[in-house]
Amino acid sequence: MKIHEFQAKDLLRAAGVPVLDGKIALTPEEASLAFQSLETPVCAVKAQIHAGGRGKGSVQGSEQRGVELAKSADDAFRIAEGLLNNTLVTIQTGPEGQVVRQVFIESGCDIKQELYCAILVDRAAGSPVLIASTAGGMDIEEVAAKTPELILSEPFDPDRGLGAYQARLMASQLGLPTASWRYAVQFFQALCKAFVSLDASLLEINPFVLTGDGTLVALDAKMTFDDNALFRHKRVLSLRDESEEEPAEIRAAAAGLSYVKLNGEIGCLVNGAGLAMSTMDLVKFHGGEPANFLDVGGGANVEQVTEAFRIILSDSHVKAILVNIFGGIMQCTTIANALVEASKTVGFTVPLVVRLEGTEVEEGKKILASSDTSIITADGLTDAAQKVVESIKA
Amino acid sequence: MSILVDRNTRVICQGITGKVGEFHTRGCLEYGTRMVGGVTPGKGGEKIADLPVFDTVAEARDATGANATMIFVPPPFAADAILEAVAAEVELVIAITEGIPVLDMARVLPVVENSKSVLVGPNCPGVITPGQCKIGIMPGYIHTPGNIGVMSRSGTLTYEAVWQLTQLGHGQSTCVGLGGDPLVGSSFIDILSLFEKDPETQAILMMGEIGGSAEEEAAAYVKEHVTKPVAAFIAGRTAPPGKRMGHAGAIISGGKGTAEAKLEALRDAGIEIAETPADMGAAMVRAIQQKN
Repeated sequence: MKIHEFQAKDLLRAAGVPVLDGKIALTPEEASLAFQSLETPVCAVKAQIHAGGRGKGSVQGSEQRGVELAKSADDAFRIAEGLLNNTLVTIQTGPEGQVVRQVFIESGCDIKQELYCAILVDRAAGSPVLIASTAGGMDIEEVAAKTPELILSEPFDPDRGLGAYQARLMASQLGLPTASWRYAVQFFQALCKAFVSLDASLLEINPFVLTGDGTLVALDAKMTFDDNALFRHKRVLSLRDESEEEPAEIRAAAAGLSYVKLNGEIGCLVNGAGLAMSTMDLVKFHGGEPANFLDVGGGANVEQVTEAFRIILSDSHVKAILVNIFGGIMQCTTIANALVEASKTVGFTVPLVVRLEGTEVEEGKKILASSDTSIITADGLTDAAQKVVESIKA
Repeated sequence: MSILVDRNTRVICQGITGKVGEFHTRGCLEYGTRMVGGVTPGKGGEKIADLPVFDTVAEARDATGANATMIFVPPPFAADAILEAVAAEVELVIAITEGIPVLDMARVLPVVENSKSVLVGPNCPGVITPGQCKIGIMPGYIHTPGNIGVMSRSGTLTYEAVWQLTQLGHGQSTCVGLGGDPLVGSSFIDILSLFEKDPETQAILMMGEIGGSAEEEAAAYVKEHVTKPVAAFIAGRTAPPGKRMGHAGAIISGGKGTAEAKLEALRDAGIEIAETPADMGAAMVRAIQQKN
């Protein structure tokens, strides 16, 4: 689950991470008032969307950037007016962009140097890891690809936290002046603690800055949380902004399904993430274009599978559906009953190719054969992929 | 011979009184697995599928002589269940549970590493030595006893591969589901080293997927240490960029994690690649023919 920058900063401030004062605004008037109340000579006006790259991104049909500096209340009004209710396109939003519904007005500060840091769980180390680089404000993936030696990393135990020595080591390698090391220890330790205590999956500060008086401040904050741990974080869950998410993906999540919308014409319903990805690969290999990734999971019931069909069919681009089930926990009878149920309640307006294998496959096939649902059955993966691609051409 | 499990493995189920735990305990019994009991705190003394239920793993172990456990405990309590099994010195801990918080696993893994236990999973289908012992949720009938070692990060994709092997007349020595979570107990390398040592295993088929760098590490290990034929498939070649874990996820692996990078590393190690998921069994056959 993702949250907005201003929400992440509230969480970080409470965890002892230095952030600047700021106010959220829903209208240009509020932005202007926010500028006045912050009482600083310069403010940043920042679009709040669940995507990065805002500084370099621009509003559709204008020169307006997603983050701009305001030197007066009028400036703040004008910038907010250019952003609010307009579509911001960044490298992470895709060409369709995302509508800006709120802006964050944040005090300026005396920036001496911009740096980058992030915390995530490193699969190879088996633990959370703090990474940092002097390449602050840059596209960090580009830095990683071109100059990996510029990226420093320190793994840490989730319960012991980051050692002060590790923070000093980081500060030293980043070339921070020794007078700032105590700030670095406080800054990095507080970030690591916040990451663990909130079960984050990513905490990225791009950039954090060394100020003129030698302290460190988080200028940006991007936080993503481990969905599997949200059950123990009611506060974090309350920060969810569903207007930032794909409606079909919200619906799928509510039904316990894993769905990602894509741009093709062949709807896919598969059990297991690996098989779902492979099925998409195979559809594409045979000349089709998948409309979605959909993993119904291990133990889906008839209601969940029926909802999965509704979600796939709610995408008007879908011209055929491929069902590929290899039953393990999921029994083929469940999917067969759901198919019959869905054909009654949802109604299939497009060709449906079904490939069943695994637990209770014979019973599943019997259910399908004895129903009057119109289904193209397939034996094996290649047969299924070919048939679904052909069904569109016909 | 085989790896991890055989006809002498004595298995308990943690979470046996839950619907899913009971269903699959019965499935394992039907397959012929020596299920010897189950554990659910507070339900000691009950019976499920004629098996005794205990309150703690330590009691179950002492009473039944179990040397393996299959965990179906719900996600919020599953990390604790793994730790309990490790504390009771159960030799093989197989965690089927899907949805364990990743930081819970970051706390569990160092404990497992400093113990006598081997952890497989979580979020995995389990381990099966065909004809001898099935611990997990995989459909038993698709497997045949034989000489191919199979390992994978994805459950249903493993079934697919096993089914293809069986249809091509190639049985399996042991099939291991490593689990789809970012942090899991046994890695490709751990299982590769077991397959390499196992006289019964003559060739190895592995299924990986995008993200992380486990496949690249496995490829490097194969190049150095594995003499048996190896074939591989990577899921997610067409998964679009932009729908990924976020910025920092790509940093640690720096250019690794894409299907193309993984395939290149695997090819470089002399591993036969399955170009499509329908080609997995055939790729294994090609790899065997090339080595002979």
